[in-house]
Amino acid sequence: MIEVENLTKKFGNLTAVEDLTLQVNEGEVLGLLGPNGAGKTTTVRMLCCLISKTAGKVKINNYSLENKADRINIRKIVGLLPENVGLYEDMTAYKNLDFYGKMYDVPSTQRQERIKSLLEQMDLWQKKDVLVATFSKGMKQKLALARALIHDPLILFLDEPTASLDPEATKMVRDTLLELKKEKRTIFLNTHMLDEADRVCDKIGILKTRLITIGTPDELHHSILKKKTLVEVDNVTENILKSIRKLGLNNFRIEKNQITIDVVNPKRDNPKIVQAITDAGGLVESINEIVPSLEDIYLKEIKSDTKTGSEEK
Amino acid sequence: MNFNHIWTITKKDMGILIRKKYTLYVTIILPLILSIGLPLILKYTRDKNGIDIQILSPIILAFSFLFVLLAAVIPMTLATYSFVGEKVEKSLEPLLATPTTVSELLFGKILAAVIPCIGILFIGGGIYIGIMSAVIGYANFPQVFFYLVLFLTVPLAAFFSVEFCVIISSRATDIRSAQLLSSIVLIPILAIYILTETKILNLNTTSLLIIAGIFGICDIVLFFINKSLFQREEILTRWK
Repeated sequence: MIEVENLTKKFGNLTAVEDLTLQVNEGEVLGLLGPNGAGKTTTVRMLCCLISKTAGKVKINNYSLENKADRINIRKIVGLLPENVGLYEDMTAYKNLDFYGKMYDVPSTQRQERIKSLLEQMDLWQKKDVLVATFSKGMKQKLALARALIHDPLILFLDEPTASLDPEATKMVRDTLLELKKEKRTIFLNTHMLDEADRVCDKIGILKTRLITIGTPDELHHSILKKKTLVEVDNVTENILKSIRKLGLNNFRIEKNQITIDVVNPKRDNPKIVQAITDAGGLVESINEIVPSLEDIYLKEIKSDTKTGSEEK
Repeated sequence: MNFNHIWTITKKDMGILIRKKYTLYVTIILPLILSIGLPLILKYTRDKNGIDIQILSPIILAFSFLFVLLAAVIPMTLATYSFVGEKVEKSLEPLLATPTTVSELLFGKILAAVIPCIGILFIGGGIYIGIMSAVIGYANFPQVFFYLVLFLTVPLAAFFSVEFCVIISSRATDIRSAQLLSSIVLIPILAIYILTETKILNLNTTSLLIIAGIFGICDIVLFFINKSLFQREEILTRWK
């Protein structure tokens, strides 16, 4: 559905996006994580035909970004929720959607039905004749999401949809995202919220001008950071530590009566650890595999990329 | 060109402008003052001093030319709201993401500023003709000159003003500074007015046609300048 190959964007001497290659299949939700200035918004703008690319190839639903006529077709099949919602504050919620429905050439009857159904879905139907200027941030964000969906797009581009929202509004928007996911829409989501990406996305990419890594949340959780096992014993003794070392597990950290051990394969190593501790006269009170959070993965990847970048310079 | 898109943009912008009370008052009050006030000034001057209508003739022409000045003033306020307003509300990005072309967008916005201006000046012009005819008699009213002012020069001057405002708006960051900078557009029109008042320029049908021609050429040139400025990437990355 979205095929991006070696996509690059330069603004003068500044490279905003470099050599980006990724693919989003139909019905898939891709989350793009990255710090400010990583090129996420620039990527979305290129894919929505808002700005030109410097190099690379992009195909969206088999329409090519290079072709002028195709660019109009791409705009017809994508919906965009930009970072700044950009609603018309002096217009009502209904009129905002009606205007965009007309701009997307949605026929009159269909448009009215669609506006009603979207406003009901976003819980805004009661506010349809209220000026947007009086809406809360969360309501505006939901209305902007409804606007992005007015023409029933095949692909949805969401740029930081929950940024600067309070927890309640964030939950409202996130619930809507999960509903959209259930509808099997193809979604390209730019976000800072690691938890959001973890919950909503089928695939996650970490971008910092270049795409540092990409994979399913599970793949990221299990492949990037070292796996760890946390063992709680009655008393940490030198004998227990010696037994663990004998297993070839030399990296561990002790805190009170807890030992955190770097392991290669928890399924294989954990029973051996329990056996070794018991043989050394210790009592295992609990044993748990520590799954790294997306935040751990993100920070590690961003930091290691910064280091690589500095070394390259 | 998709005329549905153009008209949708025009209607939307006009709808928003109607809600801006200050803009609405400026749009309506100025032409009304001019349409009613000028004939009354003329009547007062003639009644008080008993001046012959032939002597007043150049003044009537100069008064009529003030409609051209208004055609430049009124859309200035409307156009800056239309363009800078979108910038301030950051609403251009979702609009540019729709399958509309930049020419449609530009044209729609220009019309949103030009149509109310021309409409109100036509109404004002009607009132002006009515009162002036009552004061000096319709036969003494410079009909050809005024109709050329109203139906040719006013629309061309309005387009000139709006297109100039678009260029200014592309660089301005707020509505007030855009309006202030856009007022530069008044200088050439005021210059013409002063030249006629000081008798350096003889204002008649021929000179009016020449002025209209200059406006027409400027309109075409400015449209192409605007088209080159009004590009998606330019708007999103350089319009700050």
